[in-house]
Formats: sequence, structure tokens, C-alpha cells
Amino acid sequence: MKKTLVMALALTLTVAFAGCGNATDNNTNTETTPATTESTVAESTVEDTTEATDDAETTPADDAEDVKSEGVMTYAEYVAADLDTEVTVETYVQAKQSWWDNKATVYTQDHDGGYFLYNMACSEEDYAKLEKGTKIKVTGFKSEWSGEVEIIDATFEIEDGSYVAEPVDVTADLASDDLINYQNQFVSFKGMTVEAAGQDDAGNDVAFLYNWDGSGTDGDDLYFTVSKDGASYSFTVESYLCDKDSDVYAAVKNLSIGDVIDLEGFLYWYEGVNPHITSVTAAN
Amino acid sequence: MKHVWKKALPFLLGAASALLLTGCHGSKGAKEFTVPDTFDTGKNYEITFWAKNDTNKTQTDIYKQAISDFESLYPNIKVNLRLYTDYGKIYNDVITNIATDTTPNVCITYPDHIATYLTGNNVVVPLDELMTDEKYGFSGSDVNFETPGEIIPQFLEECSFAGHYYAVPYMRSTEALYVNKTYVEKLGYELPDVVTWDFIWEVSEKAAEKDADGTYLLNGQKVMIPFIYKSTDNMMIQMLKQLDAGYSTSDGAIELFNDTTRSLLFTIAEHAKSGAFSTFKISSYPANFLNAGQCVFAIDSTAGATWMGTHAPLSDISEEAFVDFETAVRMIPQADPENPQMISQGPSLCIFNKKDSGEVMASWLFTQYLLTNKVQIAYAETEGYVPVTVKAQADPSYQDYLSRYGEDNGTHYDVKIKASELLLEHVDDTFVTPVFNGSASLRDAAGQLIENVTKSCRRKETIDDTYMDKLFTDVQSLYRLGQGTDSISGKKNLGKLPMEAVVLLASLITAWVLIILYVSVEYLKKKKTIDKKH
Repeated sequence: MKKTLVMALALTLTVAFAGCGNATDNNTNTETTPATTESTVAESTVEDTTEATDDAETTPADDAEDVKSEGVMTYAEYVAADLDTEVTVETYVQAKQSWWDNKATVYTQDHDGGYFLYNMACSEEDYAKLEKGTKIKVTGFKSEWSGEVEIIDATFEIEDGSYVAEPVDVTADLASDDLINYQNQFVSFKGMTVEAAGQDDAGNDVAFLYNWDGSGTDGDDLYFTVSKDGASYSFTVESYLCDKDSDVYAAVKNLSIGDVIDLEGFLYWYEGVNPHITSVTAAN
Repeated sequence: MKHVWKKALPFLLGAASALLLTGCHGSKGAKEFTVPDTFDTGKNYEITFWAKNDTNKTQTDIYKQAISDFESLYPNIKVNLRLYTDYGKIYNDVITNIATDTTPNVCITYPDHIATYLTGNNVVVPLDELMTDEKYGFSGSDVNFETPGEIIPQFLEECSFAGHYYAVPYMRSTEALYVNKTYVEKLGYELPDVVTWDFIWEVSEKAAEKDADGTYLLNGQKVMIPFIYKSTDNMMIQMLKQLDAGYSTSDGAIELFNDTTRSLLFTIAEHAKSGAFSTFKISSYPANFLNAGQCVFAIDSTAGATWMGTHAPLSDISEEAFVDFETAVRMIPQADPENPQMISQGPSLCIFNKKDSGEVMASWLFTQYLLTNKVQIAYAETEGYVPVTVKAQADPSYQDYLSRYGEDNGTHYDVKIKASELLLEHVDDTFVTPVFNGSASLRDAAGQLIENVTKSCRRKETIDDTYMDKLFTDVQSLYRLGQGTDSISGKKNLGKLPMEAVVLLASLITAWVLIILYVSVEYLKKKKTIDKKH
């Protein structure tokens, strides 16, 4: 009897300690951030972006066209809707920008246009499910902030279907008023020349700045200037979308004035076009 | 994009709930700091300074120069700078790092945030003894630079809570009303020296008038938001203060959800509905609209003055979008012009406790250096800030700077200097809200009420008593207010217990049951044996 009891107690305590150990590990992973000074959001964004990219390889074949469910707007109807009215759209996740406090900010797109979902209600568990290409039905309010049309105060549900958008080449439209028609879409720019973004402390021209005026440090948004046909444009590597460990962040830090490059990214708007760049390669 | 865009917002809302999570397995707490007799200049120290700037390169250059100068004075102290552009992000990162004892040494922060940091044991160093220390205090004899001397009493008092000074002010600002005076006069009004709420609502309604095509009569454009407020938490707090209505008590009792608040929200709703009023969170930066001739009244911090006006040195909008007008600077609208009241705000400095008291001393010396004239005056001149020491404010170079307003649109930009003077002239009219664990959440809630009402009006929802009842309930619930706690202690829904915790608890219960069973069996056996013997 004694032996049995001792064995039972030992086993119970072993299980208890194992449980304790697991719990600690989980807490470390999900509840606390390592003792770095980096933003939690930025860190999770990079992992998620990477995951999304990896997962894209195994996602089902793309939906050939948008078949909207009952009560869901087409992109044209969404564009025509007044600001501050309720909208319901079906769209596909293209990139996740951030998650915090049960709110997700996501770039999405259907076959006709882009939808920027700002601070959409989303649990951490559901955020993990929003892989690149995932079809979601979103209900929220159409809103505009400094020229950026977005859906706010939204909720969503995941649906069957998948679509990963190819970048639309908008190089020729950069200087055109038509560019806004591609707002929030995944786009590309070809053969852009890197210009000086500003000067460093010694007064030398530099190809990029941390923050718009160089007031930031590594890990902050990167700003760089590119030109085409005599016109210059300010592009951004948004540090929540692509953090300092991402390929594009490193690529921009390696740019030299005069480089000719191709770029991809999302056509964000802030008082004019302000693309959030996700890829930089040498121009062919 | 030059301003920090909306991405900063989630941090502010979410940071507090992180403390709950870190608090469970946080630091055990350092030993209470005591001021050592001497600071060992022969021992090397490396300290970290988390600094906030307004996305302003000149400010970051001032920090770098201050560090360089300080390291020359104390070659045994190396200061590592980490730059932030958002208080919420600092708050978030500090909370995260409290759990692992990796807080910075010196940090720019808000008193409301420090109140949250204080939930850890001896995390933040009380500065009372350091400030008055004969050798190393504000007038200390053993400091390698000219000490800062007296801090403006009102500013220093803002850093006193929970019975101690847990911070020192670094810069101070208030909010200002930036006005397109040209438009006010075009509408047939004369801009008074002190603008009342009645005046601002009346003029804003007039400015919101459109023709049949939807073009605004005032500016001939399709866009016009006559009155935009940047920080709606400040808006509600100041409106309540001016009306002597409740917000909170010093010991943390919440009074925000009262009849005056309700009445103010109905007024705001009326003007949001007509399009006369909006907010930063809903529309964008007030400066962008003001400078484009799409706004008459913009309220923002005096520390945002360089972005305001026709000739603003900093701007997010293109040059061609600017409209020429006369920019006036006034105190925020008042309920009683004879008794003006405005908030005092701005960055403060706190020091985090460390095991080595010498390291804390190194942090203190650096903190004190940031209050010396050279740093204070240089930083204050970057925006509509004011220095926090008597000595810096009285310094001839600072007085000269103030007197030269309007000489250029850079250092002596008139709007910026007028904004600074606004606070200098009204220090006695400023106030701060009580600081307690949860005051940051209450502040968020105050702003949320205005944001929700404004948004609902734009969405053509009915704003009546039923709506207000629900709004109060929803906001109290969101921020866990009025429940003896706040968002810090539970805004996040923790959901079901994780499986590991269930296993742990079940195992412990089983172990105890088995132990009790074993003891009982042994007891019964013994009893039987004794009974048999008898």
C-alpha cells in the first residue's frame, strides 16, 4: 500500500511539475516579450509576415474570380459607398501589418481592388489564421484618414477560398491622378532611381533616413526617395509591416544613390501617395 | 508621411493589459535605493536613456549633444540613447521590461504611466532625497556641472504622487488654440483674447455652411472641418475642470460618468452632427486641415506649434496645398474667461532602480544634467515648450529668444514662440489630473467618450439618453472603470485556463487527496492496532 501510494504521489507531482514547466514556457512565448526594447507588434508582424509568405506556398489554388455572397458589396459598390456608412465586403488577406489588444491591421484585396482594414476586432488566435490569401467577410464602416480610405470598427469571419494578388505595375501612373484608383493594392514600380533622401550628421547625402527627417534609429520606419521621368517620390518601409530583420529593410539600408531598382508594396495614402514597400530588387 | 501615423494608437490602448501578464511573473523587486555617501568616479558605469522626441531631428541632436557633453564631465559614465517618438510605445516597452529587470536607467515618460510602473516593488526610484542631497542634489556641492537649481514649483509638484517625487519635469507644454484669424473675420466675427466655448461653437457652425453643390461658402473647397481637436482626453478633462465638475479624486475614485459629462457630450454631438467638429483620430492632424485652409480652429499641444500656420516650418501637406492666412494663438476655449484653466503636460524623467546604487547615482547625475540651462533652453526652442527651471527661464539667452519672435520662420517662428509664451504667462492657470494606478485608463476613457459620440453622429446614429446610458456602460466596461480596478488589472479577457494550468491544479489536488488518504489509512491502521491491543 505504502509503495503504491508513494508511486502515485511521485507520479502526480511529476505530472504537476511538467505542467508547471509547460506553463512557464507558454507564458514566455505568448504573454511576455523578451527583454528587448523592440516593439512587440513589430516582432510579431515579422513572424506573421514570414509565416504568411511560407504558407502561401501551400495555399489552395486561387479563386479565379470574385463570387460575392448575398448582401456583400462588389468593389465598385464599396467605392461608391459614402464615408461613415456600414460596408460588407469579401476580400483576401495579402499582408498582416500588426496585431495588438485584439485588433488587427491588414492589407486585403479582391480581384478588383484593395481594402485596408484598420484595427479590426480580431483575437490573437484568429490573427494566426489570417494567412496570405485567406478569404474573409468583413463588416465595418468605410472611413477616410488623411486621404487613406479604410474600413474601421470592423468584424470578420473566415470563408472558404483563396487569392493572392500579383502586383500591378503602376509605374506609368505614378504622376497621374488615376493612381488613387489602385489605393491599398499590391503594386510594383519598375526602374526607379534612388535619390538622396537627406543628409547625415556630417552633411553627406544619404540614400535613406530613419523616420522622415532622420530623427529615428534602427528599427524605425525607413524613408527613401526614388525618381522616374524627372519626378521624385518618397517611399517608406513601414516598420510594423516589415521590421528591421526583414529582407526589404536590409535592402533599403544597402541602397546607394543612383541605384536603379524595382519595388513592390502596398499603395498606402497619407496626404498623397505613400507606398509601404515590401520588396526592393535591382532593376533588370 | 512626417507625423507618426495612426499606428501608434494600439500601443496606448494595449499597453496596460500587458502589465497584468508580466506582473504574474515579474521581477521580485530590487532593494530599496538609498543615497550613497559618495559617488565613485573611478568606477565605470553604462546607463541607458530612453528618450522621446516629436519626430524632430533637432531634438534628437540635442539629446546626442547633451550625452556627449555629460560624458566629457563624467568620463566614467557612458550613456546609451534609444529614441522614441511616442509615449505609448515607451510605456509599452517599459512594462515589458519590468518583468525581466531590464528597464532602462533613465526614461522620459508621463506621471500617469509611472503610477503603473509603481505596481512593481521598488521599480522606480523616489527622488526626494536625491533632489535635496547636499552633495548631489539640485544645489549639490559635488556635481561636476552647474546644477539646475530650483524647478518651477507647479511643474515639480506634478511629479509628486504616492507620497514621493517619482519624476522630475523635463519640458512643459499646454494646449493652444491655433486660429485662422482671417476666416474668423471673414465670417464677420472679431477674435477675442479669450475664446469661449460658446464662441467657438457659434463660429464653427457658421463656417460649416455649404452651398447647394456641397461647396463650403467660407473656403470654396469641398473640405472644411471648422473645429478639430487633437487630444480628446484633454478636451473632456479641461471642459470638466472649467465647469468644476467631477473627473476623479486624488485617491482614484472615478467621477467621470456624471451629468455634466453627459451634457457636454450632447453639445459635442450637436456640432459633430452638423460637421462643425471632428477629432484627430477620426479625421487627421489638425495642422493639415488648418494649413490647407480647411479648418478655422485647431487645438493641439503647444509642442506642436511648429506644424501650425501658413508659414509652419514643418508640414505634412504639399506646398501647393497651403493657403495664406493670419494665424493667431489663443489659450484653449474657456467656460469662464475670468478664471481660465488649462492643462499642464509634457515629458518628465524617471529613474529605474538597479542593484548597484552607484548606477542609480550615475542615472541621477545624467537626469540632473538634462535640467541644466544649455539642454533646457536648446530643447525648449525646438517647439512650443518651456524650460522647467527658474534659472533657465530667466537666462538672458532664453529671454532674447522670446523677444525675437517672428524674426524668421525657423528658430524664431512666431506661432511657436507665442505658444511658449502662452504657458509662461499662465502657469498659475494650469492644472494636472490626479495620478494613481489606473489614471492612464481613465484618461483614455475620457477621450473615448468624445470619439464614440463624434463617430456615431457621423454615422447618423440617434444620440439620446438611451445612447448615453449605453455609452457610459460600454466605456466603463472597456476600461474596467468603477470596479475598484481598471484596465491594468484586467481589460484583457484571459479566457479559459490553459491546459497546463488545469493539469497542474488537478495534479496538486490529486496529490493532496492522496496525502490525506494515506494519512487517514495510516491513522486507521494505528487505531485498529491500538484497539486490538486493548
